[in-house]
Amino acid sequence: MIKLLGIEKIYDSPSGKVHALKGIDLEIARGEIYGIIGLSGAGKSTLVRCINMLERPTAGKVFVDGQDMTQLSESQLRAARKNIGMIFQHFNLLSSATVYDNIAFPLKLSGTSSDEIKKKVTPLLELVGLSDKANQYPAQLSGGQKQRVGIARALASDPKILLCDEATSALDPQTTKSILDLIKVINQNLSLTVVVITHEMQVIKELCDKVAVISDGVIAERGSVLDVFTNPQHRITKEFISVLLSNDLPAAFRGNEISQDRTPDSYLLLRLIFLGDRADDPVLAKMIRSCKGVECTMLFGNLDEIHGVPFGRFIIGLSGEDDAINSALNFLGGEDVRVEVIGYVRRNSAAVD
Amino acid sequence: MFAEILPLLTKALGETIYMVVVSMAIASAIGVPLGVLLHTTAKGQILENVVINQSVGSIVNAVRSIPFIILMVAIIPFTRLLVGSAIGTTAAIVPLVIASIPFIGRQVETSLKEVPSGLVEAALAMGATPAQIITKVLLPEAMPGIVSQLTTVIIALVGESAMAGAIGGGGLGDLAIRYGYQRFRPEVMLATVVVLIVLVQLVQFVGNTLAKKLDKR
Repeated sequence: MIKLLGIEKIYDSPSGKVHALKGIDLEIARGEIYGIIGLSGAGKSTLVRCINMLERPTAGKVFVDGQDMTQLSESQLRAARKNIGMIFQHFNLLSSATVYDNIAFPLKLSGTSSDEIKKKVTPLLELVGLSDKANQYPAQLSGGQKQRVGIARALASDPKILLCDEATSALDPQTTKSILDLIKVINQNLSLTVVVITHEMQVIKELCDKVAVISDGVIAERGSVLDVFTNPQHRITKEFISVLLSNDLPAAFRGNEISQDRTPDSYLLLRLIFLGDRADDPVLAKMIRSCKGVECTMLFGNLDEIHGVPFGRFIIGLSGEDDAINSALNFLGGEDVRVEVIGYVRRNSAAVD
Repeated sequence: MFAEILPLLTKALGETIYMVVVSMAIASAIGVPLGVLLHTTAKGQILENVVINQSVGSIVNAVRSIPFIILMVAIIPFTRLLVGSAIGTTAAIVPLVIASIPFIGRQVETSLKEVPSGLVEAALAMGATPAQIITKVLLPEAMPGIVSQLTTVIIALVGESAMAGAIGGGGLGDLAIRYGYQRFRPEVMLATVVVLIVLVQLVQFVGNTLAKKLDKR
């Protein structure tokens, strides 16, 4: 549906040329919700604006629905843009127009008759739950309501694509949730392709099927949200994920030296990641039963879900004879669970019972 | 005595209102589009054009830097060419219009600058043409500001029209100079000042009320 090939963007700024995008290739399939995450200044907003040519790439090609956007004339481009809805961080609603007129705005631009507009806007107001606010002005609405107007306006011209530029970044967590739910509903009911720009991993996790992590003008990592979440490769990805999923050691071990060699009175800490059906398997119970002489302490545990796939993260501490520990490691190695050996760490004396 | 001044006052007030209204109408018809041109051709705007922006901007600055009293005298040949005379209420309208056009242009430009650029971006993303952005986004969004700014222009015009009156243009300025000053009649001077104050207060009040009514932010 959307295909970006070798996108480069170079800006002239007073302090010289800024290379905002350095050869981005990206393919987004029809009906997908594709997240692009990055820190501010990473180039993600520029990238999404290249899709509807609000920013013209310095080099590269942009195909939307098979059409090369970089080759279109001004009037062809205006027509093509009507197929791409967009919502913004600061909503960008007309303050001088009512909710109804804001939603009707793209239709008025195309010269739609007021009867047609009414037929179109009324169900949209219902979809976003603002039927009773039709005659109010944006200033009278909350942030979440304003974004709902933004969404309804973006949908008024029956687009095939919805671009969301930090659409929930100005909203509180509860409102964010309801806006994300609304986008999900729209994606499913209207089979809309959605591109989501954000700096919040929570948004990616809740909403997206796929994700690209953009850093310093290049895509550092990409893949399905489940893969990227459970097995992040790039440093920046790990940082984003650590906001949601803490990588800190349990309090009783925090701050102590981690050694790869066995030290007296230490535990071998392991981070275990269970995915899918495995999350329900009694792997640890089986390990304790089959590996005699190993002691296993559960130090941290968290069960989450990404797109309906259970996802468990645990930290356990093993102690016992070397043989016992090795047999436990061997056992875990044979099971369908990802094991990351943290190392031998002493327990804080204060935390010893 | 009051009965004697009253017809003079009403006639002068009528002339002042005539000069202000006609000048304002003509100057706005040219000045508002000029403001739109100044704003939209600026760097980063929808019709960006540095050459047009800078040359029009220089002309605007040049006209604005001439004091009204000098402008009025300097363009007498042009006024004569246009209305056949350099004296009288109608003749006064010519310099009033010329002085007000760049003033309005800059004021409208300032109001348009305050429209958040995100709104223009959103309209572009919806496939709006530059003309649609001007008429459906920029002007409606800037309208409360434009009304306030134009109120200021009207008040400036009341003052300038009095100056025009001093060199034979009629109106309240003419009355104050000829009767109040040259014929030593302080009561006429006082009455004129009172009428001017009331007029300006009224214009400001109407302007403020209208701007507030338009402002939905």
